[in-house]
Amino acid sequence: MGEIFQDPGLMARASSAIYASFAIALCVASLDLVVGLPFAWFVARGRSRWLNIIDTLADLPFIIPTVTLGYSLLVFWNRSEGVSQFFGGNPLVSEGWLLIALLHFAFSFPAVVRVIVGAILDYRVVYEEAARTLGAAPLTADRTVTLPILKSSLIAAFVLAFSRSLSETGATVIVAGAFETGVVFINNTRVQHEGSMVFVSLILILTASLLYLVIRLLGPRFKVPVKRVWPYAERKLGGFKMRVSRDSLASLIFFMFVLIPSLFIVLPVVGALTNGTVNQAIGGIGVWQGYWQSLLLSYSVAVVVTALNVLLSLPMAVLIARKRWGAGASTALDVLSNVPLIVPSIALGASMAIFWESFAFIPEVALIIFAHMSITYPYFVRAMVGAVERVTMDLEEASRTLGARPFAVFRTIILPLTKYSLFAGIIMMFARSVDETGATLAVVSNLKTAPVLLVGWVNDLERGAMSASNVALGAGVLVMFSFIILLVLRLAVRGRY
Amino acid sequence: MQALPEVKVVNITRRFGKKILAVDNVSLQIHDKEYFSLLGPSGCGKTTLLRMIAGLVEPSEGEVYIDNKLVNKLPPEDRGIGFVFQTYALFPHMDVWDNVTYGPRVKAWEENRSESIGREMLEMVHLYGRKDALPHELSGGMMQRVALSRALAAGAKLLLLDEPLGALDAKIRFELRYDLRRLVKDLGLTAIHVTHDQGEAMAISDRIAVMKKGRILQVGTPQDLYTNPQHIFVANFIGENIFLEGHVIKTTDHRVQIELRGGLTASGSDTSVKEGERVVLAVRPETFTIEKGYTRKADSLLGVVERVRYEGTNIRYEVRLANEDMVVVVRPSLMEEWFNTGDKVTVSFPSEKSYVFPYPSRGLREELAVE
Repeated sequence: MGEIFQDPGLMARASSAIYASFAIALCVASLDLVVGLPFAWFVARGRSRWLNIIDTLADLPFIIPTVTLGYSLLVFWNRSEGVSQFFGGNPLVSEGWLLIALLHFAFSFPAVVRVIVGAILDYRVVYEEAARTLGAAPLTADRTVTLPILKSSLIAAFVLAFSRSLSETGATVIVAGAFETGVVFINNTRVQHEGSMVFVSLILILTASLLYLVIRLLGPRFKVPVKRVWPYAERKLGGFKMRVSRDSLASLIFFMFVLIPSLFIVLPVVGALTNGTVNQAIGGIGVWQGYWQSLLLSYSVAVVVTALNVLLSLPMAVLIARKRWGAGASTALDVLSNVPLIVPSIALGASMAIFWESFAFIPEVALIIFAHMSITYPYFVRAMVGAVERVTMDLEEASRTLGARPFAVFRTIILPLTKYSLFAGIIMMFARSVDETGATLAVVSNLKTAPVLLVGWVNDLERGAMSASNVALGAGVLVMFSFIILLVLRLAVRGRY
Repeated sequence: MQALPEVKVVNITRRFGKKILAVDNVSLQIHDKEYFSLLGPSGCGKTTLLRMIAGLVEPSEGEVYIDNKLVNKLPPEDRGIGFVFQTYALFPHMDVWDNVTYGPRVKAWEENRSESIGREMLEMVHLYGRKDALPHELSGGMMQRVALSRALAAGAKLLLLDEPLGALDAKIRFELRYDLRRLVKDLGLTAIHVTHDQGEAMAISDRIAVMKKGRILQVGTPQDLYTNPQHIFVANFIGENIFLEGHVIKTTDHRVQIELRGGLTASGSDTSVKEGERVVLAVRPETFTIEKGYTRKADSLLGVVERVRYEGTNIRYEVRLANEDMVVVVRPSLMEEWFNTGDKVTVSFPSEKSYVFPYPSRGLREELAVE
């Protein structure tokens, strides 16, 4: 690691890369909140039956393997087949910091929306009603009453987006070009300058952990400004026309900057329907040999990982939220549970490979499950901590005084009152497991999950050894199955239809 | 002269989904400065009706008028109401002062005016000294008073109260009900108070609407409802009644002669039933008189004291009649001779204070059920 201190040029590169990582993560997480909050509001409070579909569409970028997503965004924003064709063929967005920010916004937006939608659905609307009967316009009631009560979930959403932006590697490397963020620096230097890679990883992890510690300690003390009210302006801003405009703008941003760029790679699927690719896919011919097993493996792993993590991380969420071991221990556990989120996935994968190497007797599928459990664990904890904190202690105490044992309290009081956040956590874990690539690549040698297979296909596509329709259909089938599973789950929980 | 209606609902209905009819074609007028209660068992639709008046629930059909203006399309913040929720809904992130001055602030009143009204309201409920406390640091009674002062500070002339005393213990509830009425009357407000507690409704209301299964059965003053119930459910829900089944054997101008089970006879006052009709005779326990031994006279029934319960102010006798029906007699405990279990007694009641209802087509038990 000493070499970086002896090479000022390398140190300068590392410093500016770390700075870029934090700057981009901060911008992306802030933008996620600014756009994600109205979008989540629209999805959670709207009355249209189509909102379930929009809500599920919002999860799609989460399902697409990040490398595929990165490639999709690169083609959409940068290549002549994408939007650039409408601007004279020159790249509309060059490879670099802006494309990285667009990419990170696309894949972190679903996590932010998921956490906020869960929080809004769990929220007791009576406070908002009280504010309205006291004369507050809807926007005033939302700003001065609802938002402060949802503060813990908003912080959780920000932390998720920030962490994900900081640590994502595979897709970032694809769209970065010559620009270096922390993880791109790690990727570029990992072979020649292993010590530099460890140094930057450490700095990223320590700085981010410190930042979370500060957020954790100061977050509860941070007061959303509610004293100042601008009744006339807020009434106008919250009026029907403005509300429709706000919902439309949030939806437009979601479609234009998240959904369409993320799914752009699936567009050639139209060609796949006519050029015989579908028949090959169904018959498992050529490159399609093994695709269906990979798909089955991905979903099976996701189900097992989700189930195991619900069992393992729910007690942790309750432990953190209820401060059962004291405030200090709760803060420490909270920060530690974030670590898998902060660690660059490339470093996490390498770390896991080294760790599990010593347990040679463990089957490969178990290694994939363990890797996915580590990576998805914080998503569920993050979603649930905020939700459990909103369930007041007196409800638990009431249940205990009625004779309920701790597990019965948990099952009959906490779970029903946090069911939407629980569901949000389950969706994020499931989707994150289905799309996980970097760490999976590091721990497998024979087995291929669908994202691992697709990464190979995308590489082949870049080399001209694979047709676009194969990649589109491969990614499209993965997205379609995930969409159906998530929609069915959502309908079962929310029962809108 | 009757005051103009402050609130009027016309043929209002609210459905939830296809199966639940929460409020069924209700019409009602509440007068200016009136203290009006919506009384009924849980699930009868009284809270839904109140929430429709507040604008928190949209009616499926019908109209709501406040101050003679149709307000169906008006959002809650523009209806000039104050609403006290059953759970108080004090904003947990604001202290008492910020909760109480929330209404004036969101209505952009001048700061001086907001502060003076906040102080006035908190002093009125004796909580100015706790203005810096957060809601979770207050007792139930304090939270109720903060919720009330918050609703009043917003300048409402129409106060809507959804079971405002429901979460309090009996003693505080008893004290606060009178404070609530006095406050409303002193400030010249109109109040609509939802409760399932008939004692509370009787004690504080100018008029009461008794509801069951989404419908209003009767509207009247507490005395009207008590002395002249128009529906057998109202007779049972307001106060207490003993119901004896029988057939009409004779009708005169205002009296009905009834043959009870086992050949006993009694009379009641009603003009709507016909000879031969199956009826229910309702008698309030406190209208019975009781004397030792068997004395045959008009409107008296013979029986044996089966149980005696001392209730402090009153003493309650359960008397088994010869036909195996049971009547309950309530007498002042300090004013009269006491009887013992096994005593043979004669119980009598004045026919003008009993009521005769046609036997309900759905059965007596079903008609009286509160669920």
